[in-house]
Amino acid sequence: MTLADLNLVWPELMLAGGALLLLMVGAFRGKGGPAFDGLAMLVLLAAGVAAVLGGEGRGFAGGLIADNLSSFAKVAIYAASALAIPLGGGWLRARGDDKFEFPVLILLAALGMGMMASAGDLISLYVGIELHSLALYVLAAFRRDDARSSEAGLKYFVLGALSSGLLLYGASLIYGFAGSTHFDVIAASIQGQAHTGLLFGLVFLICGLAFKVSAAPFHMWTPDVYEGAPTPVVGFFAGAPKMAAMVLLARVLSEGFGTTVAQWHSIIVIVALASVFVGAFAGLAQKNLKRLWAYSSIANIGYALLGLAAGGEVGMQAMLMFMVLYMVDVTGFFACLGALQRGGKPMETVDDMAGLFKEQPGIALAMTAFALSALGLPPFSGFFAKVFVFKAALGAGLVWPAVLALVGSVVAAAYYLRLIKVMWFDPSTGPVETPPLTAKTIAIGAALFSFPVGLIALHWLEPLALAASAAFG
Amino acid sequence: MSGILSLVTFLPFAGVAAILALRFLGQPGERTDTAGKWIALATTLATFALSVKLVLDFDPANTGFQFLEEIPWFMGLSYRMGVDGISVLFVLLTAFLLPLCILASWKTIDKRVLEYMVAFLILESLVIGVFCALDLIVFYLFFEAGLVPMFLIIGIWGGKNRVYAAFKFFLYTLLGSVLMLAAILVMIGVSGTSSIPELMTYQFDPGLQTWLWLAFFASFAVKMPMWPVHTWLPDAHVEAPTAGSVILAGILLKMGGYGFMRFSLPMFPSASELFTPLVFGMSVIAIIYTSLVAFRQTDIKKLIAYSSVAHMGFVTIGIFSGNVQGEQGAIFQMLSHGVISGALFLCVGVVYDRMHTREIAFYGGLVHRMPFYAAVFMLFTMGNVGLPGTSGFVGEILTMAGAYGASTWTALFAATGVILSAVYALSLYRRTVFGEMTNPALAQISDLTWREMVVFAPLVASTLYLGLQPNVVFNITGPSVDALVGAWRAAIAG
Repeated sequence: MTLADLNLVWPELMLAGGALLLLMVGAFRGKGGPAFDGLAMLVLLAAGVAAVLGGEGRGFAGGLIADNLSSFAKVAIYAASALAIPLGGGWLRARGDDKFEFPVLILLAALGMGMMASAGDLISLYVGIELHSLALYVLAAFRRDDARSSEAGLKYFVLGALSSGLLLYGASLIYGFAGSTHFDVIAASIQGQAHTGLLFGLVFLICGLAFKVSAAPFHMWTPDVYEGAPTPVVGFFAGAPKMAAMVLLARVLSEGFGTTVAQWHSIIVIVALASVFVGAFAGLAQKNLKRLWAYSSIANIGYALLGLAAGGEVGMQAMLMFMVLYMVDVTGFFACLGALQRGGKPMETVDDMAGLFKEQPGIALAMTAFALSALGLPPFSGFFAKVFVFKAALGAGLVWPAVLALVGSVVAAAYYLRLIKVMWFDPSTGPVETPPLTAKTIAIGAALFSFPVGLIALHWLEPLALAASAAFG
Repeated sequence: MSGILSLVTFLPFAGVAAILALRFLGQPGERTDTAGKWIALATTLATFALSVKLVLDFDPANTGFQFLEEIPWFMGLSYRMGVDGISVLFVLLTAFLLPLCILASWKTIDKRVLEYMVAFLILESLVIGVFCALDLIVFYLFFEAGLVPMFLIIGIWGGKNRVYAAFKFFLYTLLGSVLMLAAILVMIGVSGTSSIPELMTYQFDPGLQTWLWLAFFASFAVKMPMWPVHTWLPDAHVEAPTAGSVILAGILLKMGGYGFMRFSLPMFPSASELFTPLVFGMSVIAIIYTSLVAFRQTDIKKLIAYSSVAHMGFVTIGIFSGNVQGEQGAIFQMLSHGVISGALFLCVGVVYDRMHTREIAFYGGLVHRMPFYAAVFMLFTMGNVGLPGTSGFVGEILTMAGAYGASTWTALFAATGVILSAVYALSLYRRTVFGEMTNPALAQISDLTWREMVVFAPLVASTLYLGLQPNVVFNITGPSVDALVGAWRAAIAG
């Protein structure tokens, strides 16, 4: 390690330092609060600026990479994390659960996710995954007096440990057969036909990462964890960690195994289609909105994976665009969901939303926008996300997978429409409490991004995503 | 004036903004609702005035696209707008029908009035956008986004079974459209451009054309709707509020026919030639089968809905006949059907508002209490049958002349549709308007109010004017249609 290496990890240093400092402050104060949350957000903002302005290259003997891709992903991840802090903090305080650990855990998760986006070898890959996963397990169980929250945390932890095991097993196989943990050395070690042991390791690695992005058939934990975890935490789960894991998956596949595309290509396509169809069909039967959105996120990850399967610069760009636009929608949706209460009880099922448009037209409009965007209907940003993915997939010759995935989106349309139907057509069952200002602001802001701001922002976002994926041509 | 197309397209959004401001800032109540109605009416009238100016400024001799606008967007896409002789009149038709829809809903919509007006204004903007868009993705954006306001219109202000109808409408159309989206993305990938004028001259490989044609066909056939994917239409019509039916039959169905002329024929000429027998077969079945089905209906609105499917059969035959008469007839038939079917749905709305039933058996002898209504309904029934002197005649005779040029048998079978349409339309008229008034519930039914007369007057005038002076349409569409047919002939010959 040299000093030059440190120049690459400014965001990580800031986050780690900031998290430890805030932990100290919190331990002495004994409580959090809006100002405390604000400090944590400032740390994330500084880390985001550092990710953009910081140096580029490989450091720590190739273990960490700072490039356009990592800074693109980090800005998105840090932004989503920063939004999760006031949303979750306010939500918890409203329930008398004012703990200073919440923003600290978000910071640690963001640190782990940033490392995932920058991982250049299997070690930093694993450290990043574990760092963010451990923080997420605690966050899922954050309401420790609530049985469902504890259950969610436990389930997430047990299944997450299993997937980490798979991932480690794969990593050890890869190391054994390639002789190195560095992605570039692994790629160089493959001459002609890759060794079966190496491919075995790759399959395990993909399984472990598929668990993290909750792609079918490794999605089983998602609905249960989403249902039990605190709502703003779910909004966080559904966005930033998925982005980090997708970028990591993309980097491992294209950098470490870019020479054996034929070997993993069909796995990704099948996983993508399985996710789209599981998400579409299983979502039809859901009554709880958090479970419903869990299946929706499974389906949407399927589309992102389809972009990844298209490969190359275009596929990478499609995946990045898709994930960024999806993160905005999902953040906004859970901001709405966490803010809604009727008669002192949280509105969690689809039927609870009855007549929402009459009670809270602004929130209902925003939720309609998110539902239509997740469905991929123009003019909402989710449509353009899908345009990127399908254009890449069709350009790569994945015609039938693309057509099947589009048909899957029509199936999923039924449940999004049902939500809209309940909000708009059904009579109200009672007044809805006025949502907190923070949540409302973030929800309306995200909805306005979905339409119309996003349409104009695409003009600038698209070249940025292109620059981020340019190295993967 | 450049930018006029964007202005026509997005002018309704000014009304939307004003009404939303009223909705969120004003006091809920009757006065706010009335203000909202006036805003909506003023906006739609202004849009209509602007679209009239658009048609007056339009240069028919120029066969290319006019009033072009282009703003680069992302991924090589552009916000491109422009109209030619084929599309400009549809803009006018949309802007013409919308104020009438607002007026027709003046008294009948009593819940969520402001939202209703917003839904109609957004719908107007999106439909006009469909006819002006010159970029594939922009076209798809307008085409698909229109589903949402229509879904809400049917689902919120519709009849008893409205939720079923709204879902059926949405999912049917969406399934067709996603296949078109796939085709659009393939076209962009292969040709490297998303500009419609450029793609009209691009030559796709014939094998690929077949697939692309089928994907577009899936979308437009559902929209049109053609037999056997028409089953969403009767449900949607029956459940939709009157003005929703007017928009649906008057304008939304025309997007299918417009799509065939804008995409299928010029971009996939050899596939269009290949599939012409399929289209003819489906259209002939649609004409005969749905005419017979219409005859058996007991619900007035359902009868008119089925008659729409039959009339759209003439349009598809005209489009795929590939000659000037056929294309001109198809455009004319679409415009005329937009006016006549819209008017017929308004006629149903008049009696439905008074009696709250659409059962044919409930009515009878209306002429004794409603002479003006009987006269108006008579005119549009005759227009629907295709009586010379009304606009319906011109469209039917031309599409049939076109069909005769392409396939004698098709023309022969399609001609039976003219007879069948007389059978169901005249029997509907006889059963509701003529005869003795036997139902005591009808004894106090009142004739048209001044507001309803104001709604019907422009429709009556345009039906007769178009029927007697069809050249006003052909002067505008002529050169563009000649160019379309010429290009198609050249493409399939070489």
